[in-house]
Amino acid sequence: MGATHSSSEEVRELEGKTGFSSDQIEQLHRRFKHLSGDQPTIRKENFNNIPDLELNPIRSKIVRAFFDNRNLRKGLSGLADEINFEDFLTIMSYFRPIDTTMDEERVQLCRKEKLRFLFHMYDSDSDGRITLEEYRNVVEELLSGNPHIEKESARSIADGAMMEAASVCMGRMEPDQVYEGITFDDFLKIWQGIDIETKMHVRFLNMETIALCH
Amino acid sequence: MSGRGAPGPGWELLLALLALLALGELPRAQGVEEKPGGAHEESQGFQVVTFKWHHVQDPYIIALWILVASLAKIGFHLSHKVTSVVPESALLIVLGLALGGVVLAADHVASFSLTPTAFFFYLLPPIVLDAGYFMPNRLFFGNLGTILLYAVIGTVWNAAATGLSLYGVFCSGLMGDLKIGLLDFLLFGSLIAAVDPVAVLAVFEEVHVNEVLFIIVFGESLLNDAVTVVLYNVFESFVTLGADKVTGVDCAKGIVSFIVVSLGGTLVGVVFAFLLSLVTRFTKHVRIIEPGFVFVLSYLSYLTSEMLSLSAILAITFCGICCQKYVKANISEQSATTVRYTMKMLASGAETIIFMFLGISAVDPLIWKWNTAFVLLTLVFISVYRAIGVVLQTWVLNRYRMVQLEIIDQVVMSYGGLRGAVAYALVVLLDENKVKEKNLFVSTTIIVIFFTVIFQGLTIKPLVQWLKVKRSEQRDPKLNEKLHGRAFDHILSAIEDISGQIGHNYLRDKWSNFDRKFLSRILMRRSAQKSRDRILNVFHELNLKDAISYVAEGERRGSLAFIRSPSTDNMVNVDFSTPRPSAVEASISYLLRENASAVRLDMQSLEQRRQSIRDTEDMITHHTLQQYLYKPRQEYKHLYSRHELTADEDETQDKEIFRRTMRRRLESFKSAKLGVSPHKKAAKLLKRERVQKRRNSSIPNGKLPMVSPLHDFTIKEKDLELSDPEEAPSYEAEEVSRGIEFLANITQDAATDSPSGIDNPVFSPDEDPGILSAVPPWLSPGETVVPSQRARVQIPHSPSNFHRLAPFRLSSKSVDSFLLADGPEEQPHAPPNSTLM
Repeated sequence: MGATHSSSEEVRELEGKTGFSSDQIEQLHRRFKHLSGDQPTIRKENFNNIPDLELNPIRSKIVRAFFDNRNLRKGLSGLADEINFEDFLTIMSYFRPIDTTMDEERVQLCRKEKLRFLFHMYDSDSDGRITLEEYRNVVEELLSGNPHIEKESARSIADGAMMEAASVCMGRMEPDQVYEGITFDDFLKIWQGIDIETKMHVRFLNMETIALCH
Repeated sequence: MSGRGAPGPGWELLLALLALLALGELPRAQGVEEKPGGAHEESQGFQVVTFKWHHVQDPYIIALWILVASLAKIGFHLSHKVTSVVPESALLIVLGLALGGVVLAADHVASFSLTPTAFFFYLLPPIVLDAGYFMPNRLFFGNLGTILLYAVIGTVWNAAATGLSLYGVFCSGLMGDLKIGLLDFLLFGSLIAAVDPVAVLAVFEEVHVNEVLFIIVFGESLLNDAVTVVLYNVFESFVTLGADKVTGVDCAKGIVSFIVVSLGGTLVGVVFAFLLSLVTRFTKHVRIIEPGFVFVLSYLSYLTSEMLSLSAILAITFCGICCQKYVKANISEQSATTVRYTMKMLASGAETIIFMFLGISAVDPLIWKWNTAFVLLTLVFISVYRAIGVVLQTWVLNRYRMVQLEIIDQVVMSYGGLRGAVAYALVVLLDENKVKEKNLFVSTTIIVIFFTVIFQGLTIKPLVQWLKVKRSEQRDPKLNEKLHGRAFDHILSAIEDISGQIGHNYLRDKWSNFDRKFLSRILMRRSAQKSRDRILNVFHELNLKDAISYVAEGERRGSLAFIRSPSTDNMVNVDFSTPRPSAVEASISYLLRENASAVRLDMQSLEQRRQSIRDTEDMITHHTLQQYLYKPRQEYKHLYSRHELTADEDETQDKEIFRRTMRRRLESFKSAKLGVSPHKKAAKLLKRERVQKRRNSSIPNGKLPMVSPLHDFTIKEKDLELSDPEEAPSYEAEEVSRGIEFLANITQDAATDSPSGIDNPVFSPDEDPGILSAVPPWLSPGETVVPSQRARVQIPHSPSNFHRLAPFRLSSKSVDSFLLADGPEEQPHAPPNSTLM
């Protein structure tokens, strides 16, 4: 797909699927080829070549998200070995800014999609729940950028956050009630009132900078 | 604010004010004035009491004005109805007008006015510093482009359009005969064009529009200072030169000057911020003067850039913006509180005085020169051009902005273009010999300020409500939010990296890396680098909050009675469901509820030191704090010391609280490992954990990974001891005590606890109960925290509604506390000495 995409028909098809403009697709394709080394697909190792990514504490989670079948809309669990350009665009399209002309319903849908992406990143075993262990894992990685924070504190922060989540989602719990983990619905609840549309977006505009960058 | 008149009128005025307050007659003041002078001359010998008004006159008057302004503020806030409708600034101006009237009536000359010197040197800096130091940096830099456009292009446009239009109307002859040239109009335009930070802050703080809108209007008002200063200086020198001598070179110089002034001012601010951060890194041993550095150095940045004729406002703003992160990390929590309150106090005081004196200054027959056309047209032009400017710029900006500025936002932005004291101070600075119509300019400026502050300030709130502008919402910091926010930052920068763009997130990511690698290392204390993480801070805060509310809640329910029991043996067996004497209870819970942060907790302990330590309540509260929130300071010998307000213990104390809480968390999971299912209030945590554990197959043997090997060992042993934990809803007393005994032995074998956390005397083998009862624990000099007898036996029932804090455990490492916690239900009389074997 990647090799032949330049034919205008295919570009148009991608436009419809991902919502990117043809210019953006063009630019992203150049970037894709750069990353893949002119191969039609990208493998995990290709991401190692991005120097700026090295300092990112949750790098592995993010790279993983690119290969996550749930994000690629290819299945309910599992990881793909390699992704082609269309998949790449699909992932990128999670980060498209929300169009201001969209109606309320579409905005909500878009918002949900974005959150789902985030949720999948936390829920590494694809069971539809962010369990404490998974949460701890993420928080540990998040805070790993600061060498001074001990693992123990990261864990207890995760624990605290989990308790907070439980209290947000379950309200006052009965003594024998059990909170097993954050489901996607709970996740939406936690995010209520936070403007994710304005937060989770990347400006795919000035793609000319690609050339300068690498 | 200063007395413009000679000493005489000032004195007279003081009396006039006093007389007015006492409803006395004004003329008598004249008579009184003679007395002290006359007496002074007559007396030759030594006087027991002398009356030296002139000696103290100036500071006295200043202090009195400050007092009047502050009292006025109290007065306004007595009626909530008034302040919720009318902005305080408007009220102050009206009050100023009234007071000015009194002064004028008493003196027949306006003795007081806002002088540019007082304004620029003493009143403006605290306000701007406050703005900079508490600037939400992320928001500010996120919108920097927008802010800069409005501040630079917008202000130039306003100045030019207003000045030129007024000149156009003047040429048509509508204004009658005025001795003004084009340059004068432009000069006037440049000083009236700038949106004023003081006025904007005063009005917008009460309106609570959403933060993006606020930061744009407010940021503009701060940053346009450079433009205003340059335009003002350029046109003033042009006026001095004369219109015919201005050349193109001068204009070019003006543009260069703008760049130098703005960048220079910013640079001065950054340099001083660097110095300030560096200095506070080394103030560990002089905590008491720590806050002083913040004020002195930032004031110096202001003065320095003033000296170099750079933009002083920019300098002090950026000094505040850049230093805040490092300073807040370096100085102690007490100092931070001091800085916060002092800064707010100075800023709000300065603001009050500014508005009051704007009112007072207006009551001066000498400055008024009316020209209806000029005044009205100025008002129309500044409003219209502001609106046009905003719409045009927003149209351009919206093509690049992610968060679009809607029509409603634009309306508020145009309407929020308030003019204020900066314009007034600048217009008063004009030289009457050069600018012939100075008085007209002054009166027009005053009218414009009054109109914008009073009329627009009054109407902007209903307008915002009517337009349904998105308001800002105050929410508590949530741990989840912070965590997700952090994750977002990383994800977005990663996506930008992967897609190969240099975007906002990319830059921020690079900056924070740079900051962590270099800046923080140089500018932050090592200890601060460690604990300085926003997420950790939020966590810490929430923990403290929970700890406080835990105790308060327990107090209310009466189930924390054990805290209050002094560690005397005869109290051990008192059933703690019996309510305590209510006086004690009320006062302690009151104290605890009042004190919502670590800082204040410490203040509390300080206060207690001052009072008699013998006081039972004090003892009890002391004990509470000592046991559950780490001990307050123990030495109480120095009741006064100038240099040592607090020992450095507060830091360790905070850390200790933090660590304890985390430890407790850990414990909760450990005890969960036991599989004990206490069906009481603490159960939710455990159950969750247990289910968690079951499903988590990645951990061998269903064990959670333990941080400390010692703990791991302990747990394993305990598992052996307490067989088949899954089906043990309640334990027999012997079993419990056996478990404890066993654990105690282990502790003995291991000799020492892991370095973090406090040794728990309950299980320390060499504990001697006799010592305990002999010396109250908080008086003993040692480091160990000793729980009371009762506390060692009985554990509080934890309230169920705490979200983040694991139920309090008495011990920092005992896994048995849960058994004990639920013990009393089954066995109300657990053997008191079972723990002491």
